[in-house]
Amino acid sequence: MSQSALAVELSGIWKRFPGVIANSDINLKVASGTVHAIVGENGAGKSTLMKILYGMQKADEGTISINGTNLIFNSPSDAIDSGIGMVHQHFMLADNFTVLENIVLGSEPKNGIRLDFEKARKQISDIAAENGLAVDPDVLVSELGVGDRQRIEILKVLYRGAKILILDEPTAVLVPHEVDELFNTLRDLKKEGLTVIFISHKLDEVLSIADEITVIRQGSTVGSVNPHTQNVSARDLAEMMVGNELPNPEAVGDTIQAEVVLKVDNLAVFAKGGKAIVDDISFQIHAGEIVGIAGVEGNGQAEILDALMGIESATGRVQFKNEDITNKSTRHRRELGIGFIPEDRHRQALMLEAPLWENRMLGHQTRTPNAKGIWLTPRSAKADTKRIVEEYDVRTPSIDILASALSGGNQQKLIVGREMSGEPKLLIAAHPTRGVDVGAQAAIWDHIRHARQSGLAVLLVSADLDELIGLSDNIKVLLRGKFVADADPATVTPQELGTAMTGAGEVA
Amino acid sequence: MNLRRIGTSLIAPVIGLLFSLAITAIILVAINASVSTVLSSMWSYGTSPRAMSLMLNLATIYFLSALAVSIGFKMNLFNIGVNGQYVLGAVAAAVVASNLTLPKVASVTIAIFAAMITGALWAGIAAWLKVARGVSEVISTIMLNFIAIGIISYIIVRTGIGTETSLNVRGTKPIPESGMLRGSAFIDPGTSIYGFFFISIIIGIGYWFLLNRTRFGFDLRATGKSASAARTSGVQSNRMIYVTMFLSGAVAGLVGLPYLLGDTGTYSLQFPTDWGFTGIAIALLGRNNPLGIALGAILWAFLDISSGQLILEGVPREISTIMQGLIVIVVVISYEVVRRYQVKSEQTSVAKAMAKQEEVAAV
Amino acid sequence: MTYLKSRRFIGAAFTAITMLSITRTITSNGDLTSTVTIAQALVFASPIALAGLAGIWAERAGVINIGLEGMMILGTFGAGWAGWQWGVWAGVLAGVIFGAIGGLLLAVAAVTFGVDQIIAGTAINLLALGLTKFLAIVLFTDAPGGGQAQSPPIKGDIPTFTIDSIVEPLTSLHETGIFFISDLAGILAGLFYNLSLLTIITFLLFAMTSYLLWKTAFGLRLRSAGENPWAADSLGVKVVQFKYAAVVFSGMLAGLGGAYLSIASTIYRNGNTAGRGFIGLATMIFGDWRPGGTAAGALMFGYIDTLRLIDTGNQNVKGLILLGAIILFAIGGLMLRKAKRNSAIGFLLLGSVMIGAYFSATSFPPEVAQVAPYITTLLVLATASQNLRPPAADGIPYRKGDNH
Repeated sequence: MSQSALAVELSGIWKRFPGVIANSDINLKVASGTVHAIVGENGAGKSTLMKILYGMQKADEGTISINGTNLIFNSPSDAIDSGIGMVHQHFMLADNFTVLENIVLGSEPKNGIRLDFEKARKQISDIAAENGLAVDPDVLVSELGVGDRQRIEILKVLYRGAKILILDEPTAVLVPHEVDELFNTLRDLKKEGLTVIFISHKLDEVLSIADEITVIRQGSTVGSVNPHTQNVSARDLAEMMVGNELPNPEAVGDTIQAEVVLKVDNLAVFAKGGKAIVDDISFQIHAGEIVGIAGVEGNGQAEILDALMGIESATGRVQFKNEDITNKSTRHRRELGIGFIPEDRHRQALMLEAPLWENRMLGHQTRTPNAKGIWLTPRSAKADTKRIVEEYDVRTPSIDILASALSGGNQQKLIVGREMSGEPKLLIAAHPTRGVDVGAQAAIWDHIRHARQSGLAVLLVSADLDELIGLSDNIKVLLRGKFVADADPATVTPQELGTAMTGAGEVA
Repeated sequence: MNLRRIGTSLIAPVIGLLFSLAITAIILVAINASVSTVLSSMWSYGTSPRAMSLMLNLATIYFLSALAVSIGFKMNLFNIGVNGQYVLGAVAAAVVASNLTLPKVASVTIAIFAAMITGALWAGIAAWLKVARGVSEVISTIMLNFIAIGIISYIIVRTGIGTETSLNVRGTKPIPESGMLRGSAFIDPGTSIYGFFFISIIIGIGYWFLLNRTRFGFDLRATGKSASAARTSGVQSNRMIYVTMFLSGAVAGLVGLPYLLGDTGTYSLQFPTDWGFTGIAIALLGRNNPLGIALGAILWAFLDISSGQLILEGVPREISTIMQGLIVIVVVISYEVVRRYQVKSEQTSVAKAMAKQEEVAAV
Repeated sequence: MTYLKSRRFIGAAFTAITMLSITRTITSNGDLTSTVTIAQALVFASPIALAGLAGIWAERAGVINIGLEGMMILGTFGAGWAGWQWGVWAGVLAGVIFGAIGGLLLAVAAVTFGVDQIIAGTAINLLALGLTKFLAIVLFTDAPGGGQAQSPPIKGDIPTFTIDSIVEPLTSLHETGIFFISDLAGILAGLFYNLSLLTIITFLLFAMTSYLLWKTAFGLRLRSAGENPWAADSLGVKVVQFKYAAVVFSGMLAGLGGAYLSIASTIYRNGNTAGRGFIGLATMIFGDWRPGGTAAGALMFGYIDTLRLIDTGNQNVKGLILLGAIILFAIGGLMLRKAKRNSAIGFLLLGSVMIGAYFSATSFPPEVAQVAPYITTLLVLATASQNLRPPAADGIPYRKGDNH
């Protein structure tokens, strides 16, 4: 196979959903035997595009050509038959099945009607050995960690003889050394002549692994660059992703007050098996201070936040304004004035099948304007929902609409507006601007800064390093459940922070 | 907007009714009965004062049963154990009331409390099994139904609590007239409307207020819509399971009382034991809304009562049970279809509104 | 692995017989392990076992089937009607077909329309009850030997087998009353005494299920629909088709269970299932969604039912109480060894209460045996629920293309 032959060519792809155009006129050329990265913001249309390429969804317009032949995919089986395999962002594994069962499902070696376990075991260990992907085929997947699961996903794809691999945000859940292992595997696969399509929004990683990078913005392809021949920086790519001006949150002036709002001592959260996910961390936040937590996703951020909210049981001591709230209920914590923007908004922050005004009450159902004593006060709750919709620019025809009807960004605006209501003393926020468009992002930052000036303390977790640096007064770097470094947002660069998050270097 | 919602929520039951009528017609033709005669006979008898009185009485029972089920449904708890809860509740009320000689108000109140507490405690077993031991309430309440029937048959057949009430039928000691709540005959001079008819209306209104106007109701509904989001909002899910099952069981405990205090005065082995399943069906029809449940209970009772006359037309009255079964299955399917349509149409309307706003912004 | 499994099976059987034997010796009640008791227990257990097996098929494909009761009712009716018209085998066939129709209805509601599975199943139960009551009146009222609530007798018999050369010597061995040996003899003889062909078919269906669902590609795909249908779909498995196949076959098995009931009582009778569909569901859960455990659960129900119904000397229930106490003590002891103190104390306490009851009363009312299986089910679920492994996507509506 020559380097210049095209493994995949997508031209003029359009895909519309009710109310959203996910892909508009996408054009993509992927050379055979290369690692081709597709980058873009959340909601830019990367995942939809890959689902189309993998036959999970059908494009409204446009053509797919694999190795020079135009094809129409009606289902993933068609794509699999053409040598395409996909490793999904959320692993597609059955926990109660063994590794072997997960790998062979759908293309089982048979002996009569009997599943030929012996043959399957041999085939899997052969492929595993060829590509340096060590797994035990007879262990239950539920007993395996994230890195192992990803290896199984890749094995699944190779087992089906795929020559073109799609990896959707493969590094989001990996710890740094696992990322290195993955990249080594990908380089090996490339050597074997396979083509890899790599979807990500982590630009440094993309620059280190990709032979070619295509940028998608608002559903369209905006350009391709070759990092080997062109001199591109992560910042250049970022600007291509979001349009020309990259908004920069800048926290102006020092508003930190003397009063300590949150004091955390020796907080630890343990997994079922007894492993520490959050490992003995201590910190404090003053009124008017924003403390940022930087870290690769899955290093304990979600657990810290849940523990602080009293949702997850933890050891250690948590004090809020001199009150020991270690053993207090979630409701009590909320009533003290702690706002919470959780990481997974569909699971934790919304009732999707309830109208917006009822969602306004969620988490605040014991306080004005939603309740008086034991009684709810729907009228004032509705009025206040209208206020949030105006102030936070939630795009909706009415507050009676179901939350599920809103786009992700607008849902997020509603949640931020809700949690900033009622003058919270402390805001615990994970990715407050995730999935929100650029204009609204700046507005949310303004709201947070404004509240900080009047004494709000904020604990901020974000994958957006610019956001973290721009808003925070102090940054703590979290790695495997521990704070491994402190960074001064005034001097640190995203690159330095990114390095520290992988545990590789010292930070200023 | 709201009018449209009411409209769409009526579509499903109407489809269910029409579909079941169509199938019923086919069945009637198949057994050589005249469709029009059967329907007109059901209608003319069903709308007579006597039938209407009987219907309201039966609907009262169904309404309470469905209310008990729907309290659980509202937070995704399937209380299939209403049967067991109400038979035990009725026996408790019968035993207590038959041993009291107090003024009517006091005696009835005590009987009501006895029934509610018994029902709540029995349902509480299922709650404990779920919270502490992780046992699905679907299975545990079914098992508890069987156990309750066994306990009652033991109490009445083998202990001094049971006596011979009529020929060869054992039951609890008759409740003195001062402990009965027979109601008054204000539609048909010969047929009393249970006193519980009014009590159940009050309970229905109370249910609506509890669910829609109190913090507790919000917590309960939030847990039903998203258990994880409710937990993040500060709802203690285990406590909610207990409280909800207690409430559901307490209302379930009342299901047998309209009949016990309004008619038989004794819990005998002939006391009906499957009103709980009827309650599930009606809760599904009424979408856990008290008004919807009331309408569903009246429809159900109408079919039960009016079909009593069909034997004169040579058609088994059980044709009504087929209609009921068909209505339920068609209605639950149509509700799901309508719900999906609703979600989609709201998404489209949001999208349209956004597109308009953007146009305005662009200009 | 099979070696280990057969060793575990033999171990479990050995323990069970020992406990039965201890109970029989103390109570000196030979009925507890007699040939007739065991043979009858198989007859009572089979319909429940079939319902449980039906539950396994549906739930392994991710569809909760609470409509089992309704499908069984349809099966009893189909068997009664067709058996009266055209003979017993036509009855079996009609029972299976009627059950399949119930299964199809559940599949349409739950798989195609995504209706909550428990709600859909409940609706099917209601419909089946109404439909059969109605049809019974229409079809059986004027038939000779029939009535408003029951069919005329089913024509013909299912062949039964008694292997005298095994049964007779073993039965006389049973009567010797030697510890363990005589009980083992009684149990073995019971397996070859009046053994219905339908019971043999039930056993074969269990064996077939174990093989098909756990050893073949077909089974892997079917189970993948219950574990992670989205993953299965992404690998080209036709999830919806498998769910349909599983739920319809589940209906067929439940229908066969119903047919068994009608044939065993030679007529269709309203209410003949008496909640056995639900009981089947319970045996499936405490059998951990596997055929072996489900069969064991069904046997327990069948055994207790038998002892209750053949209780001539009023002593069987008393024997059951003692047996229960011995089992509780054994489990309590096991828990102590595993250092689970609180559970151990619970079991030992409960066991002591039962021992006390055993010695303080001369006989027990049959109601105790009537509720015993349900209490046992609750106890088992309360102890074991945390260790059970239901299919991960059981009960979750699946729509193609949706992400979970």
